[in-house]
Amino acid sequence: MASKRYAAVGARCVACGCCVKVCPLSAIQVWRGVAAQVDRDRCVGCGKCQQECPAGVITLQEREAQV
Amino acid sequence: MNRKKHWYDYLWIVTPIYLGLGFFNILFAWLGMIFFCLPLLISIFGGGKLYCNRYCDRGQFLSLLGGRLKLSRNRPTPRWMGSPWFRYGFLIFFFIMFFQMLFTTYLVGAGARDLGQFVKLFWTFRLPWHWAYHGTLFAPWVAQFAFGFYSIMLTSTLIGLIVMVLFKPRSWCVFCPMGTMTQAICTLRAGKPPVDEGCPGCRR
Repeated sequence: MASKRYAAVGARCVACGCCVKVCPLSAIQVWRGVAAQVDRDRCVGCGKCQQECPAGVITLQEREAQV
Repeated sequence: MNRKKHWYDYLWIVTPIYLGLGFFNILFAWLGMIFFCLPLLISIFGGGKLYCNRYCDRGQFLSLLGGRLKLSRNRPTPRWMGSPWFRYGFLIFFFIMFFQMLFTTYLVGAGARDLGQFVKLFWTFRLPWHWAYHGTLFAPWVAQFAFGFYSIMLTSTLIGLIVMVLFKPRSWCVFCPMGTMTQAICTLRAGKPPVDEGCPGCRR
């Protein structure tokens, strides 16, 4: 079952890759050097990337209830 | 989580070695051209920000000091530091200072100015560094460039250390001129990433 939260990357991502290194599930990758992207299916919303992000652009979002 | 260590995870050692070598012989500052050219070449030839993500010695050094050695307060980086205005403004400022350094090198090469055996910290303060120049086979402009380039590298490392202590370990990465430049190159090459419609908090 998917977790209740997932990480979302805001528009000011600097693509430094800090989040990629700390993600325990390898759910984040840097898309063509432009910005980080989160695989929402894999993300469990642990928040490690949010703590690490120097630009402060990662937020944890609530998942909509699955029907 | 115990991630498998790779050889490039130890590149942080390059930063203290580089700064240390420049303390004894300023001509080693020329090695810094690698840190200048490599990220640009990687992004120009389609490698994205692999340099920042994997090989940046300074980023790793700041992570080590601020993260593992806990020398960082770990407070949020001020939002204005991540704004495009500040990032591109700092990049332009950096370029102006870089070209001023090149012009000084040209003046020394043309014989219009004597070699300045000092390091300029924060583009303002002259720090004596004459012991690192031993009068070499090379022309004076070679040493002048080395003094100028080392000044840039030392100043930017110090700025990185200051923001590391005040904010997050890698706060420097938010406005690092090389990072801004390589991201701009990558955006020109690839465009903006596709918008995730199902994610309200994601980039728009």
